[in-house]
Amino acid sequence: MKAPDFNYCCPKTAEEACGLLATADSDVRILAGGQSLVPAMNLRMASADLLIDINRIEAFKGITLSEDGKWVRVGALVRHAEVAVSPLIAEYVPLVHKAMRYVAHPAVRNRGTSCGSLALADPSAEMPACAMALNAVLVLQSKKDGVRCVPARNFFFGLYDTARRDDEILIEVRWPCSSQGSYTGFDELSRRHGDFALVGIAVECQLKGSRIGHLNVVSFGTGPVPRLSERAAEIAAGQPPTQQLAHQLAAQIAAEIDPDDVADVDIKQRQANAIARRVLVQVFQECAHAN
Amino acid sequence: MQTKNVADITVTINGQEGSFSVPVRRNLVDFLRHDVGLTGSHVGCESGICGACNVRVDGVVVRGCLMFAVQADGCVVDTIEGITDSGEAAALQQAFLERNALQCGYCTPGMLMTGLELVQSGRTVTRDEIREELSGNFCRCTGYHAIVDAIEHVMERCTK
Repeated sequence: MKAPDFNYCCPKTAEEACGLLATADSDVRILAGGQSLVPAMNLRMASADLLIDINRIEAFKGITLSEDGKWVRVGALVRHAEVAVSPLIAEYVPLVHKAMRYVAHPAVRNRGTSCGSLALADPSAEMPACAMALNAVLVLQSKKDGVRCVPARNFFFGLYDTARRDDEILIEVRWPCSSQGSYTGFDELSRRHGDFALVGIAVECQLKGSRIGHLNVVSFGTGPVPRLSERAAEIAAGQPPTQQLAHQLAAQIAAEIDPDDVADVDIKQRQANAIARRVLVQVFQECAHAN
Repeated sequence: MQTKNVADITVTINGQEGSFSVPVRRNLVDFLRHDVGLTGSHVGCESGICGACNVRVDGVVVRGCLMFAVQADGCVVDTIEGITDSGEAAALQQAFLERNALQCGYCTPGMLMTGLELVQSGRTVTRDEIREELSGNFCRCTGYHAIVDAIEHVMERCTK
């Protein structure tokens, strides 16, 4: 099918776009890469009275290292294909670099954006899971409040429901730079390479000496939002990174899947257990080699 | 700022600049087929899954069904007709022919677009990686094997 009719505008600055959002009293959607919004419109699952196309806002382009060297800043118009080959992402945000392999298909990656993926918050998407694991900072702009920052762990409320208000644009994601002793892993299960994940796992492990200082394990595709396991963090803290621990944690991640969230809890748990085990075993192996 | 549901756009299609008036809801591939008359790009799923509508915009391959024509204002668009006439895709097309990498041909323009982007990337890739790159293009006839063969052949020749 084709998208239902809408009105269109293409502002050149963030202020102009925020002004349009603030004054619009009807159903308005922001069009960035359009790789989720446009199929939804074509399938008549989404519609809009007005599309604000942000593709010509120059300020939204580019991947940069912040002046204090603590963050890699990815603007609202940075395509997945750029993130995938970015030397800054590869060096400072290895988790996202690893995850990019799994994000969509080449032609979709050439248009789709990291910020669009985060703003949409599909429960099976890779970027929200990485943002939860690293607690990235999401930068929102509106006419009313100017710019405000929301940590990823306070951003995802529910199915396609986030802290972004209707009058706000997600203008940037700030990924924290990886520190010494940090190890990451990412894997997912999907029917076809590049499709949305059935189940996926993102891991960041901070070593303290030869033991685990802190462990962030996020499962996605397992509920309405990517889930950071607090229990796994508690179990792992202070432990040596062993295969046995990896197996124990994988079982824990699987057990946390809420039967009310998924149609086939038994299959999801088995999938989550298998993928979590695969990722954790590998991350812990790297940790052990480092010592 | 003025909002509109019909827009005047100027697009360079296969090297030729033209001006058009389009409803903003018209997607790029429908625009190319119906307004411009270039029917080489095909329409499959209209939801970004099958890759039959892949065209090149400003040098990168995109889904023609997931971009509105109005968004291509000021852009350079290349379709299968363009890359055929210029000879850019000739080696890949020949390899497809020699290996029977098509049967009904519906997916072929999209396959060639994706394949050409991979060939021109200059990367060295394995067969598995070629399959990953093609994962966004559906073929319901060939089983992909011959398509992977054809792309692999051209890539090997390019790196020699």
